Amino acid sequence: MELTGAEIVVRCLQDEGIEYIFGYPGGAALHIYDALYQQDKVKHILVRHEQGAAHAADGYARATGRPGVVLVTSGPGVTNAVTGIATAFMDSIPLVVISGQVPLKLIGDDAFQEVDAIGITRPCVKHNFLVKDVRDLASTMKKAFYIAATGRPGPVVVDVPKDITAQKIEYFYPKSLKMRSYSPTRKGHPKQIRRAAELLLTAKRPMIYTGGGVITSAAEAELTELVRLLGYPCTNTLMGLGGYPADDPLFVGMLGMHGTYEANMAMHGCDVLLAVGARFDDRITGDLAKFCPYAKIVHVDIDPSSIGKNVRADVPIVGDARSVMRDLVKVIKEGDVAPDAGALEAWWRQINDWRGVDCLAFDRTSELIKPQFVVEKLYEITGGDAFVTSDVGQHQMWAAQFYKFTQPRRWINSGGLGTMGFGLPAAMGVQLAHPDATVACITGEASIIMCIQELSTCKQYDLPIKIVNLNNRYMGMVRQWQEFFYDRRYSHSYMDALPDFVALAESFGHVGMRIEKPADVEGALRESLGERNRLVFMDFITDQTENVYPMIAAGSGHNEMHLSPDAGEAPQERELA
Amino acid sequence: MNHRHIISILLENEAGALSRVAGLFSARGYNIESLTVAPTDDATLSRMTLVTTGSDAIIEQITKQLNKLVEVVKLIDLTEGSHIERELMLVKVMAVGDAREEVKRLVDIFRGRIIDVTESIYTIELTGTGDKLDAFIDALRMTQVIEVVRSGVSGIARGERALKL
Repeated sequence: MELTGAEIVVRCLQDEGIEYIFGYPGGAALHIYDALYQQDKVKHILVRHEQGAAHAADGYARATGRPGVVLVTSGPGVTNAVTGIATAFMDSIPLVVISGQVPLKLIGDDAFQEVDAIGITRPCVKHNFLVKDVRDLASTMKKAFYIAATGRPGPVVVDVPKDITAQKIEYFYPKSLKMRSYSPTRKGHPKQIRRAAELLLTAKRPMIYTGGGVITSAAEAELTELVRLLGYPCTNTLMGLGGYPADDPLFVGMLGMHGTYEANMAMHGCDVLLAVGARFDDRITGDLAKFCPYAKIVHVDIDPSSIGKNVRADVPIVGDARSVMRDLVKVIKEGDVAPDAGALEAWWRQINDWRGVDCLAFDRTSELIKPQFVVEKLYEITGGDAFVTSDVGQHQMWAAQFYKFTQPRRWINSGGLGTMGFGLPAAMGVQLAHPDATVACITGEASIIMCIQELSTCKQYDLPIKIVNLNNRYMGMVRQWQEFFYDRRYSHSYMDALPDFVALAESFGHVGMRIEKPADVEGALRESLGERNRLVFMDFITDQTENVYPMIAAGSGHNEMHLSPDAGEAPQERELA
Repeated sequence: MNHRHIISILLENEAGALSRVAGLFSARGYNIESLTVAPTDDATLSRMTLVTTGSDAIIEQITKQLNKLVEVVKLIDLTEGSHIERELMLVKVMAVGDAREEVKRLVDIFRGRIIDVTESIYTIELTGTGDKLDAFIDALRMTQVIEVVRSGVSGIARGERALKL
């Protein structure tokens, strides 16, 4: 049967098994919206701004592992989505973004709502397509989903001119696809895996450092098996949290700029480092010249260009994290070499000394609400079982430090691009994917304002998100840097003229709460979590002076952390094996 | 240590493939000395020759990043083995008085051809390595060069080594 281009777009979504798409209509997308209206398999979520659509689809993708789908119109529709596309790109999240475009014959004429969507999105997508012939539409959609979701995932934009969506053609959706120019490697090279196993077993001070790749490839069981088999310490990046259970004794916390003392010191001191699905980002390594000075490095990543980009690898392995770790476990089990028990025991003694610093300690006697306390309570009350989204800044770091993720895909944040405004729309995607789960958005008063319009979407679709607003009346992380590095000149980091968040939430039809005393924190959280069917905006008025510790300043090494005044003294360093 | 590399790329002959390669170089701050591209005998493929300089680590990143582009089918670094490189140059020079004979001699020495002549002007075609073309321009000092067009480098590996599907 012949279908219009618009109907083909919608049929492709159905055939991909797409449950939700996030979008906003406009002229060039109207045929597609009309086709959506005439079916009920694919549910459309109407956001209030296209940035929200991209973040919501992104949150959905992060929480499920399935591609998120966005539908926007041409011109401002697609430019508004760019921040969300770039966010997904930096964190390797599979998105398919369908953008309307002016009719083919008008392209290049500066037509109404025309923008070069392909050109504008090119640097922040895995790939993009302009559909110039309706005969290519279905196969292009197939390619878009295939490219977005395989290998190192990422966003793919499909730009569809309006006239293409009106033309009719026989519909055929290919079941599978082979592209001569795109075929990601999955299996690690056996010889490299044997070399990696040998190196790992020579370690006296080993360290396992894993990132978002473990989450993407669903390698949490393989990672846990490997870590426990070896008995080596494990740290996760911000993107990798939940890849290894944070309540396990072999877990030393997050590493990097605001990582734990023990994780960073162990990175500095290790003699063999296994990096899996992580890309040695600058927020992880600090000064590259001082990074892991004693370590031989095994680097496992599905993207060859991640290997050797920032840090040289002694044993590079290109492959899927899950497959490679499975092979690694097998090789280690089959061999007759065991980890050096004596050296390992000494290494753990050293790590436990570092742990003794209690680097995340904060003042529990304060009469002001400490932001860390709020996150800690949320963790306790939800039993670590909530989905937590965040925005960007201090609250994001506290969420990462104090909410102990024991499962993957529970921690949803913009790690690479650092996009303020991400948390609320992302939480919408997560809540739609998991309607019965507790979804908390840990945010700050500066970030939440950036996509506050989505409160309206939450009302329309009854999304009972719990917003934990750590309100310190500052762009906290900016203020912290200004305190440390700019002699306390707080240039434009103060949020003046903030709204009454309680009234604001209520005006959107939600529940608002203001919490001003530490004694009220737990009660408010419990009450809010009890509201199963309503969004609750909890405005916690927190200590304005609180800083995120530990901190590795720019140009410093992992062993040069600023510690919190509330933490213990750094211990005498033991003689390392 | 920075070295000059000639990277040959087979890419899907699709609109936008070239801008993807060019965009990659500008976005990541790699330098392009020259870039040429044209369809091959297989109409679905274009072949690009790209000349760049960088340290070994940079060149490794460049080839990995290029390989990551969905439209890139295959590539080789020609400078990793023995290879032939050629560039075409068209030069328009003043050819009056003594220069008329002198330029003609130079063109012969460099094995170029004069492909258009007027009373006062020669248009010369010359093919060779970049160095040879530079040397020819240097040698033309006795006369006035009106314009120079260079194609950028095309390259191919010697012997059995080939970039093909």
